[in-house]
Amino acid sequence: MRSLALILSLLVVAACSSTEPGEPTLDTAVPSLNQGQGAGFSPGSQAALQAEAGDTVYFAFDSSAIRAESQAVLRQQAAWLEANPGVIVTIAGHADERGTREYNLALGERRADAVRSYLIGIGVPGDRIRTISYGEERPAMAGDNEQAWAANRRAVTTVGAVS
Amino acid sequence: MMRIGRRGLLQAAVVTPLATPALAQLTVTIDRGTVRPLPIAVSPFYGADAALQDEGRRIAEVIAADLGSSGLFRTIDPLAYIQSPADLAASGPRFAEWRPINAEALVMGQVSTLAGGERVVDFRLFDVFAGSELRGLRFTGTEAEWRRIAHKIADEIYARITSETGYFDTRIVYVAEDGPETARVKRLAIMDQDGANHSFLTRGDALVLTPRFAPDGTTIAYLTYAYGQPQIALIDTGGNERLLGGFEGMTFSPRFSPDGRLLALTLAEGGNSDLYVYDRRSETRRRLTDGPGIDTSPSFDPTGGQIVFNSDRGGSPQLYVMPSGGGAAQRISFGQGRYGSPAWSPRGDLIAFVNQQGSDFHIGVMRPNGADERLLTRSYMDEGPRFAPNGRVVIFSRTDPQRGRTRLYSIDVTGYNLRELATPLDASDPDWSPLRR
Repeated sequence: MRSLALILSLLVVAACSSTEPGEPTLDTAVPSLNQGQGAGFSPGSQAALQAEAGDTVYFAFDSSAIRAESQAVLRQQAAWLEANPGVIVTIAGHADERGTREYNLALGERRADAVRSYLIGIGVPGDRIRTISYGEERPAMAGDNEQAWAANRRAVTTVGAVS
Repeated sequence: MMRIGRRGLLQAAVVTPLATPALAQLTVTIDRGTVRPLPIAVSPFYGADAALQDEGRRIAEVIAADLGSSGLFRTIDPLAYIQSPADLAASGPRFAEWRPINAEALVMGQVSTLAGGERVVDFRLFDVFAGSELRGLRFTGTEAEWRRIAHKIADEIYARITSETGYFDTRIVYVAEDGPETARVKRLAIMDQDGANHSFLTRGDALVLTPRFAPDGTTIAYLTYAYGQPQIALIDTGGNERLLGGFEGMTFSPRFSPDGRLLALTLAEGGNSDLYVYDRRSETRRRLTDGPGIDTSPSFDPTGGQIVFNSDRGGSPQLYVMPSGGGAAQRISFGQGRYGSPAWSPRGDLIAFVNQQGSDFHIGVMRPNGADERLLTRSYMDEGPRFAPNGRVVIFSRTDPQRGRTRLYSIDVTGYNLRELATPLDASDPDWSPLRR
């Protein structure tokens, strides 16, 4: 339980540093942490990260700006990393298919780095965060519509170094 | 006499004309958007026995398919031919028997063997209405080289009629795609430009993208995910691979300089993508761009002095030209929408690109100064234009979401003659080899 207390205190610190109005509050985030602990995921695993913090943030078309709702997810990731000190993560940046392949490789890299920079900015040591870009090569959702494209413009935090 | 081919056996020599050499020109003008294809008869090549006759028929079929695929020729069905291959070989053409089937040009030839089993293939091209001979050549090669000999003959005919260099004795490297959209398996594949002699260069265990031929036609640079950090590797047509080492970030978008000595590429560091030129001999690099925007997809002009590339430094992806030794970049794209994937024609006169407007993708061409922009295609997604070595034809990939397929297409730079290239699987990221020597 020591780690959970640490997470909660970190979340409070992160919330204090944010002035963005209209963000999801910590009250909505904390229950998911409790659920994750209760479900008994293997500590430091991808499943634990996904359940306890959320592993994916989404972007607007041709943008690498971290949205307000993404900031909440990334603060939870930072707290989770603090609670799992041995874990190294790789941020995989992705793009939708509505661009050229090489531009999208660069855009995926830019998105992955935007997430990495945000995490470093809220206290995660940089040497724990790697990045990789998949451009448009690994869509999460198949389809030729805005719903699929939006689901594919993302950065996924993955436990482990680039293999 | 030119010596070509790995074993140096494929050779060409001029043969003595059978008919009066041409004075008048039988030509096809290909600078307009539409052409009247030239009706041409390609007689099965004569052989002294059944096996050689079969080979001669196959050679004629490859020649006819090449010429027909250019859109500049209309090949006449051999069933309509009156004069037989044997009679052609014995007596030369009787033009009065070719005029009634409206053949304006006639190709005839003969296949024979040397003591060592090598093939000797003669061909002659005639202007039927003038009754004159336009070209005659003799090729010598191995039995296995019959397709290359046919392509070389087609190149000679194309060159003689159009006054442009041919592009049929060439290869296409591309990425073969297989599996569901969310977990595509991608392999490098290589084939002759007509789809023959297809083979895979990688096994599909790692993601590979954007293969690009070196000017030698046998070395290919591409992006591989096989070694963790995505990076550029070189592979030869025998499958031997090595990494382009020494970069601390992701490298991608490789393009060779026209002399093959340099590779322009993109290096991503800290989320920022910039252009570099890598010297293959000294294994040193020079940084070309340095800014917070994305700079990628470089392509050399045929002199090697200039590079066109894709950048969002102005707020959206556009095309820019800069000296390959470094210096100021000039924006050249000013039409509607977003631009990417520029490719400088080997002739130097055009730059092909992808243009994205709303829900449509286009392949287009413009002058290197940005003038005379023309969109050649329109679809859900057209990507990755690259030129044939004569600069007349652009190859690209098209995704059709209704049919759930991505395939290679070619189109003349005039916007005429859109054709799908047959591939065994889905296909993307094509690159066209130089004319083989």
